[in-house]
Amino acid sequence: MKTIAKVMKYELSDVVRSRWLVAYTLFFLVVTDGLLRFSGASANAELGLLNVVLVVIPLVSVVFGTMHVYNAREFTELLLAQPIGRPQLFGGLYLGLAIPLSLGFAVGVGVPFGLHGFDDPAQRRTLATLLGVGIVLTMSFTGVAFALALRLEDKARGLAAAIAIWLLTTVLYDGLVLVLGAMFADYSLERPLLALMLLNPVDLGRVLMLLQLDVSALMGYTGASLKSFFGTSGGMLLAVGALLLWAAVPPLAALRRFGRKDF
Amino acid sequence: MIVIDPILHVEGLSKRFGTLPVLQHVSVAIARGRVTAILGPNGAGKTTLIKTLLGLTRADEGRIELDGHVLGDDPSARAAIGYMPQIARFPENLTGAELVEMLVDLRGPGATLDRDLVDRFRLGAELTKPLRTLSGGTRQKVNAVLAFLFTPTLLVFDEPTAGLDPIASGVLKDKIRDEREQGRTFILTSHVMPELEELADDIVLLIDGSVRFAGSLRDLTARTRQINLERAVAQLMRESIGAGSEAA
Repeated sequence: MKTIAKVMKYELSDVVRSRWLVAYTLFFLVVTDGLLRFSGASANAELGLLNVVLVVIPLVSVVFGTMHVYNAREFTELLLAQPIGRPQLFGGLYLGLAIPLSLGFAVGVGVPFGLHGFDDPAQRRTLATLLGVGIVLTMSFTGVAFALALRLEDKARGLAAAIAIWLLTTVLYDGLVLVLGAMFADYSLERPLLALMLLNPVDLGRVLMLLQLDVSALMGYTGASLKSFFGTSGGMLLAVGALLLWAAVPPLAALRRFGRKDF
Repeated sequence: MIVIDPILHVEGLSKRFGTLPVLQHVSVAIARGRVTAILGPNGAGKTTLIKTLLGLTRADEGRIELDGHVLGDDPSARAAIGYMPQIARFPENLTGAELVEMLVDLRGPGATLDRDLVDRFRLGAELTKPLRTLSGGTRQKVNAVLAFLFTPTLLVFDEPTAGLDPIASGVLKDKIRDEREQGRTFILTSHVMPELEELADDIVLLIDGSVRFAGSLRDLTARTRQINLERAVAQLMRESIGAGSEAA
């Protein structure tokens, strides 16, 4: 743990000073502040912000992460030649990137909400869910970035794969679900659709937030069936568990790869 | 070659990347307190041999022993090794001083920044600037300072003078000679033959993943009856190609 903390400390102080991270934090500050100013109610701002979070966080985490790992290749080799274990080194490098990205988002969204102020405990809960979903997506997609950059030697291919995964999870997946829904419209699809939601962290995050915002009624029968499932404590537990699993699985897969890789 | 008091033993080392054999039963001993150059044409397996020694790549077969300790999954064995990679790329936003601090933090006490080397490289003020603002040559100087930060028994330098100006290159070569006088062992790779001729005591020549020659520089030139290292190595490479085509 000590070695992880040491590597993380320096990685973190490098990433925190990156202009990209500053721009990322400022982006969320401006968007959140703008939404709070122009939408009137904080629930509307949270809903607007949700769409930004679900698209921007996976994109930045996976693209910035992939580039970062490729650029750090020679330095990673220098660190690997030091008397420290591979799992500890990976832990330090991964957390040193995922934590500043998560903090950049949390500060960018949290500070405007804090400044504008709101009293409704339900809205606080929703904001906490939004922050939680954003952090889980950061952890997950930073892990995907590490896994990709460690698997593919060629930077251009790695970057292309990163963008392809982002497109698949944020844009194409919903289209595929829609096509499946239309193809099997005659069958009862609640359970398969629920399973499909659990298989994509972006969808899972969206469903959790929409249920908090109580706008599931807008989604008609689907919304009702989602609410009847995720609204129960068991369903909620499953959704949160699946989301946490999504935060853990990509970095663990990357860790496995890091442990075996020939640099 | 019989090496008296070897520091490093490589025994039957083999490595394949997919179907391509990169190292084939490489066995070699590296003498203590000497400078050994690993040479070979591109793709001969030099980098893979060095990376296996540093723990960056895992061998399929064979073992490496450093001072009686088998180098393997236990990272602590690498405390005796200092490494200067060919490409000096560091976290952009850290300063050289922070980088030094990081490595001292990771390797534990016992590290001292060689102030004399820092002065001779004229690095003092540069260590306080973010590494992204430094030129390639200056980063390479930082790279060298990091390798000498500790007092490892074995130093592995991959193309150490690449990117250095003649003054800095001279400073580094003097430093290598001084440290060798102190009893430290060096393993070098370089494509600059006169440089190796100046620094190396021993030569290991790899061709197609196998050791083609291992011995002193003097033995090599005597055996090949050539006037310098470059011609001697070329002669052995030609012989190797000739043997390969005859076998085919």
